[in-house]
Amino acid sequence: MQTLADILIQKIFGVSPQGWFWTGTCYLVVIVLFCLVLLIFAALFAGITSWVERRIAARMMSRVGPNRVGPQGFLQWLADGLKLFLKEDIIPSGADWPLYRMAPYFVFAGMFGTFVALPFGASLVAADLNVGIYYLLAVTAFVIVGIIMGGWSSNNKWALFGGIRSAAQLVSYEIPSGLTVLVVVLLTGSLSTQEIIKAQGGLPWDWFIFHSPFTVAAFFIFVTAALAEGNRTPFDLPEAESELVAGYATEYSGFRFVVFFFAEWANLWVMSALMVILFLGGWRIPFVSVEATTSTWWLIALSFVIFCVKTLVMVFFVIHIRWTLPRLRIDQMMKMCWTYLVPAALVCILGTMVWMGIADWQTIPGRAMRGLMFLIAAFVALKWLARVRYTYMSDRDLYQKMDGRPLWYPPWRLP
Amino acid sequence: MSAVSHYIGNIWTAATSFFEGLSVTMSWMFRRPMTIQYPDKIDKPIDQQLPERYRGFLEVDIRYCIGCSACMRACPIDCIRMEVAKHPESGTRMLTRFDIDVSKCMFCGLCTEVCPTGCLHHTKLFEGTNAHIENLVLRYVDVPVEPFKMKKGEENPIDRSGNIARSRLKDFFAPAPPEFQGSRQGDLTG
Repeated sequence: MQTLADILIQKIFGVSPQGWFWTGTCYLVVIVLFCLVLLIFAALFAGITSWVERRIAARMMSRVGPNRVGPQGFLQWLADGLKLFLKEDIIPSGADWPLYRMAPYFVFAGMFGTFVALPFGASLVAADLNVGIYYLLAVTAFVIVGIIMGGWSSNNKWALFGGIRSAAQLVSYEIPSGLTVLVVVLLTGSLSTQEIIKAQGGLPWDWFIFHSPFTVAAFFIFVTAALAEGNRTPFDLPEAESELVAGYATEYSGFRFVVFFFAEWANLWVMSALMVILFLGGWRIPFVSVEATTSTWWLIALSFVIFCVKTLVMVFFVIHIRWTLPRLRIDQMMKMCWTYLVPAALVCILGTMVWMGIADWQTIPGRAMRGLMFLIAAFVALKWLARVRYTYMSDRDLYQKMDGRPLWYPPWRLP
Repeated sequence: MSAVSHYIGNIWTAATSFFEGLSVTMSWMFRRPMTIQYPDKIDKPIDQQLPERYRGFLEVDIRYCIGCSACMRACPIDCIRMEVAKHPESGTRMLTRFDIDVSKCMFCGLCTEVCPTGCLHHTKLFEGTNAHIENLVLRYVDVPVEPFKMKKGEENPIDRSGNIARSRLKDFFAPAPPEFQGSRQGDLTG
């Protein structure tokens, strides 16, 4: 961060801020600017993704989705946000008002704090902390505090149940996610997010996910745990509409409600970026070394694009899961964590350690294992695409007969 | 041993149901949405998409009305008002009023069933939004007319196109009729 500020000031004003009287002020200004950039990124991402998700959900349900505000309904997120800003910020009469008012900001801080150590590309990171991934796990705990505060202080049974469920869920799922992060830390030998990415390669078989069968399993355990920590749908028990009205957010309205949901949508980026950083090679460009990537500006830009594309694919995956799977019951959720994910994560750690002891991943057996894992994954992916095609084809002719129009209507053809 | 196989079986079920479920939802991404985007993006005009026996606004082809007022008596909510008077000079029966308050009409169709000539019928019109609810009283008699004399075995070429009702519907911003201006009472039957 400091070096980045130095470079920026050097580039723009032609002088080094080192040794100035107001060096600290300069750094402060740069820090605030960076914060603003990240905040705007998070806000835009959260807003636009809320629209994109609704459109995707609509198409999966044979609907059209929001299409009235702006071209193709693109400004729906602005309209929703504006509407909520204009609403009255109600504090229930029995509420514990200081906690009630503070709770959304804890949730927001827990989400936005992660952006400090979250890289966006080669040398594009606010602070390359040497305890990066540990920091990320720790700072997301703020979200739990905020949700419990909101649930407790609302003086509402639904909100309280939501808060308690959320506490149970987030605390339990920290364990499998922490253990699977440990697998990656074992492979890298570093907690820094940038070091983790640099230890991987640009091509799929150089990613940590294909290191061994254990890392493949660890990836899926991490995805599941990340979904649970982000309160995404198979695990959205804290805000289960059919049971708890809106869970911990039941009593909130207006701006504070926006803050809760802003944090939830922006968290989508955080969890997807973490999946990409830990298992999917981060911003590594194929056939380009780390040194070359960090020293050329257009390669840095390319690394940013690669990172964003990978993250957006994961975002789509998370959305896809949300609109496919039904919500788990609370006992199923706890059982899944403690009897399936935690033991499996431990097995993953042990297995990875054993495999690392047997063969380094650059040796021939290590490469063979990676290649094999990649081939299996590619086979499963192709099989899945064939299954998608089969499901589509099984209805195509009947639809054409009934409706007179072809069934084919791909997502890029906007309705 | 069965516990272990049950455990492994659960994991396998989870994996396969993920595989199948994700493929089904993905295939729907490539299917045509069911939504009819009325009123902006429709393939053909909406009255062509409506079914043949659609019950829209009531329409009277006043040329074929015999003035029996069977429809008025059949109406369960009294939204039809018909008046017959003697001509002051010739003394013949004259139809002076035939109003239908479509804002009250519940589109049950009882009046169309009792109409002996079929001059009272449903159209496919349903878009009648108006700033003043009084404007939804459709008046089918402008000047008093003589009732139709029905003859046996004769086909009545009744206009069922909906054009008569369409011509009676007023513009959204049209002012309320003079007798209702200044009041919010649109009640026909008193």
